[in-house]
Amino acid sequence: MSAPASDDAAAAAGGRAPRLAGLRAVVADPMGALGLVMVVVVIAAALLADLSPHNPVAMLPRERFADPGLVHWLGTDHLGRDLFTRVLHGARIALLVALSATAISLAGGLVLGMAAGYGPRWLDSALLLVFDALRSFPTVMLALALVTLTGPSLKAVVAVVVIATLPGYGRVVRAQTMVLRHAEFVLAARALGAPAPRVLALDVMPNLIGPLLILVSMDIPVVITIEAGMSFLGLGVRPPTPSWGTILNDGYAFIRESPWPAIAGGLPIVAATLGFTFLGETLRDRFDPRLRREG
Amino acid sequence: MSALLAIEDLAVRFPSGGGLAGRLGLRPLPPIEAVAGVSLALEAGTTYALVGESGSGKSTLARAIVGLVPVARGTIRFQGRSVAGPGAEGLGALRRDVAILFQDPVGSLSPRRTVRSILAEPFRVHGVAADPGREVQRLLAEVGLAADFAHRYPHQLSGGQARRVGVARALALRPKLVIADEPTAGLDVSVQGELLNLMNDLQARLGIAFLMITHNLHVVRHVAHRMGVMYLGRLVEEGATAVIFSSPRHRYTEALLAAGAEPDARAGGPAIRGEVPSLIARPPGCEFHPRCGFALARCRTEAPGLTAIGTLRSFRCHNPAGVAAPGAPAGA
Amino acid sequence: MAADILALRGLSVAFETPGGRLHALRDVSLGLARGRVLGIAGESGCGKSTLVSAVIGLLPSNARLLGGEVLLDGRDLLAMGAEEMRAIRGQRMTVVFQDPMTALNPVLTIGRQMVAIQYRSGASGAEKRRRAVEYLARVRIPDPERRLGQYPHEFSGGMRQRICIAMALLLKPDLVIADEPTTALDATLELEVIALLRELQGEAGCAVLFISHHLGAIARLCDDVAIMYAGEVVERGAVRDIFHDARHPYTRALLTCDPGRIREATRTLPTIPGALPDLRRPPAGCIFRPRCADRDDRCAVRPGERALGPTHRAACHRAQELAPLARPVA
Ligand SMILES: Nc1ncnc2c1ncn2[C@@H]1O[C@H](COP(=O)(O)OP(=O)(O)OP(=O)(O)O)[C@@H](O)[C@H]1O
Ligand SMILES: Nc1ncnc2c1ncn2[C@@H]1O[C@H](COP(=O)(O)OP(=O)(O)OP(=O)(O)O)[C@@H](O)[C@H]1O
Ligand SMILES: [Mg+2]
Ligand SMILES: [Mg+2]
Repeated sequence: MSAPASDDAAAAAGGRAPRLAGLRAVVADPMGALGLVMVVVVIAAALLADLSPHNPVAMLPRERFADPGLVHWLGTDHLGRDLFTRVLHGARIALLVALSATAISLAGGLVLGMAAGYGPRWLDSALLLVFDALRSFPTVMLALALVTLTGPSLKAVVAVVVIATLPGYGRVVRAQTMVLRHAEFVLAARALGAPAPRVLALDVMPNLIGPLLILVSMDIPVVITIEAGMSFLGLGVRPPTPSWGTILNDGYAFIRESPWPAIAGGLPIVAATLGFTFLGETLRDRFDPRLRREG
Repeated sequence: MSALLAIEDLAVRFPSGGGLAGRLGLRPLPPIEAVAGVSLALEAGTTYALVGESGSGKSTLARAIVGLVPVARGTIRFQGRSVAGPGAEGLGALRRDVAILFQDPVGSLSPRRTVRSILAEPFRVHGVAADPGREVQRLLAEVGLAADFAHRYPHQLSGGQARRVGVARALALRPKLVIADEPTAGLDVSVQGELLNLMNDLQARLGIAFLMITHNLHVVRHVAHRMGVMYLGRLVEEGATAVIFSSPRHRYTEALLAAGAEPDARAGGPAIRGEVPSLIARPPGCEFHPRCGFALARCRTEAPGLTAIGTLRSFRCHNPAGVAAPGAPAGA
Repeated sequence: MAADILALRGLSVAFETPGGRLHALRDVSLGLARGRVLGIAGESGCGKSTLVSAVIGLLPSNARLLGGEVLLDGRDLLAMGAEEMRAIRGQRMTVVFQDPMTALNPVLTIGRQMVAIQYRSGASGAEKRRRAVEYLARVRIPDPERRLGQYPHEFSGGMRQRICIAMALLLKPDLVIADEPTTALDATLELEVIALLRELQGEAGCAVLFISHHLGAIARLCDDVAIMYAGEVVERGAVRDIFHDARHPYTRALLTCDPGRIREATRTLPTIPGALPDLRRPPAGCIFRPRCADRDDRCAVRPGERALGPTHRAACHRAQELAPLARPVA
């Protein structure tokens, strides 16, 4: 069938233009431009980590606590590992957690939020209760409890992040869905006899993506700090795998010997968090001024 | 005679809101009856126009027929089958046969979908037509839009163009009944003429019946076979269009038709004075009496019953227009 | 004319579309004097709403200003910065948009929205609420107090439209722009809203730009009328000029199509044969030529505006020649 294909093509073509315009608007704002550059650097670091001539876990005891130089751009840590390479690989872990956890949260938030906003009242009440219960649980305690059960791992980090952020997405989706439910174009689809999943997927969801993307870009810094924090506390990725949190932890332990490991761990966390925050806030201000007050 | 659509004593209720206290259920207000006992019948292949005050429940009635708002009381029968009310099975397979055209031209089109995808939707939902793409082209041509409109998004259309896309969608599956909520609002008179001629043509060729809600009394006069006048959720007058236009009986109908008449010069103030009554505190007796210049004593206390003159017309008024002795009981 | 509160000079606006540049407004000139009401009518899609967006400086992102000026009290709005423009919108001029549902925020109650738009006034919250209630009552919304707590979807189409009108008038602007504000109103309410607009205009001396397809409403409300076709103003003048002495063939065709002028009930209504030209490739010469019953050889050249009276102007080569349009007997 040729028809659906060209439908999608038209949608893509139509969708591209506003997105490009959005990019231009972000770059026009100095804060947005800075954020974008920082985010691009973090992503490039994660993608290009393998190009480094060093091995992130290879120990060179003779080169412990080297100062930054031509060979080791950021110096080495207490085991003589190249810090710059570890930071690059740490970016990989940070983004991996951020992306996978956010994707799961987003998908879950969309499904549950739309069910709550569009479904019967009892379902709404039940889901709201779940969202609120999850949200009121302190993240640190949740992390400790979960790790006690399963042991520290990347999966535990992702699970903690999902539990911490899903209710937020769910609530936003629910609120928007409740509004869209009364829109005449949704009534038109229902009057046509379209089943609820179809209405939700084709008529409701496309109108949720915009606000959600903004929310995502503002949540990613939170996710990055959760991952770093859990790894710092030994609840996240297990050594010797490099994470910004573990690098920072090592740095603290040996801060008397050399400041560089702590700097190498702390700096990227600050940079990535600020970059995503700047980008997110610019996006939000440009496209959804309404969120500003509540944020 | 079995009508295509027969509505008996239909009522629709909404919770009446009422601030925080109402929302918290502290001071619950009784629900409002947006549609309060409407009965009407629509014959296949004819046009029935529903007119009346803004907020009188016309759109709500339309939505109740297609099952978008729950029915509190009464029955709706379509082609002799009960679709709402006790023991009703819902529209189900009849969905294809009833299409609705919404009031808001742009707002009733999905903002993130192209015209093409919007118009293909009826075919996809009901799994008919091998090539929706071709059907879309046919529909666009039918409502007088160029083929390349298929690639536009709703916000790239003018109000009138969006309206035509809505009409095209309603006509897609060749329904037996089209419920059109203000189909010509926002159209210039020439395009309005084209649209009405198109509806007329489809009616003549395919026997489509139209239930048309409109504020444009000229349109009613020209195209509707029968008409009903709504006031505060009730049908206060109903009958053959020509009869009602030439001699309205209910005083609200009379005022409405007078207001709609084309003025030659700028003249005349509002035809009816006074506050629009609220659905929460319905006036006792005849609900129009606070604004009626012809109200009698009994209008304040006693709700007028239905006066029917054959199938030609019926109305609810103690002191109808065009009847010789004022105050005399109106009879057939 | 120095007295014009709003003047358009040679305004041209195009939209960038995948199929090329769509010329939505071409060389539009109009004047609206202080304290007067100017009506605009014309074919669906002829650029009326685009004109409104251009005046208030809210053209969509794919629109291109190709030239011209929009003067508010002699100051060019098009040359103004965004901040300055924002101060003018909502203070000196307010707009009633064509689409009442999308003009209201669906997640906020009517009351909050009506209070929020008064943010520039120094009044107390209670005073702002009181004004909101007052104006809801003026546009005949029953139970205004209680209604303030409801959301837009809980109102009927006509009520939403009246809320938009109330919000525009509430701010007591110098210029009210109303894009089809009465399409969803019944005949009696339409009269009331028109009376309200008139009353306010008398009270505050504000000017009104009134766009409508309802020729009867224009005749009732307006002092001056401009008729647009395919992005151009084809005829303008006082109400009497347009309704009693129309000279442009498009104006005449439009009037002939008005079902209000046809006495006998008919199921086949008159229409103007043909369709609006493709605005991406507007025909050379007179824009109305392809559909004009009165065209001749001269029409291959684009006609300029001809003065037919003190304020009456028509862009047609044959404006002076055409016989007065026969009026239906009333
Ligand atoms: N979802 C809802 N919740 C609460 N009240 C509602 C809802 N929908 C409609 N109403 C109320 O019901 C009444 C009738 O509304 P409806 O939309 O049917 O009027 P209408 O006759 O179509 O008016 P119009 O000509 O202005 O479109 C109004 O008072 C309206 O406020
Ligand atoms: N964003 C856009 N992109 C492309 N084309 C557009 C856009 N907005 C409007 N148009 C086109 O510009 C022309 C003028 O549109 P406009 O909305 O000004 O018409 P209008 O006179 O208000 O019509 P109506 O009476 O139907 O509301 C139309 O042909 C329309 O399709
Ligand atoms: Mg309605
Ligand atoms: Mg418009």
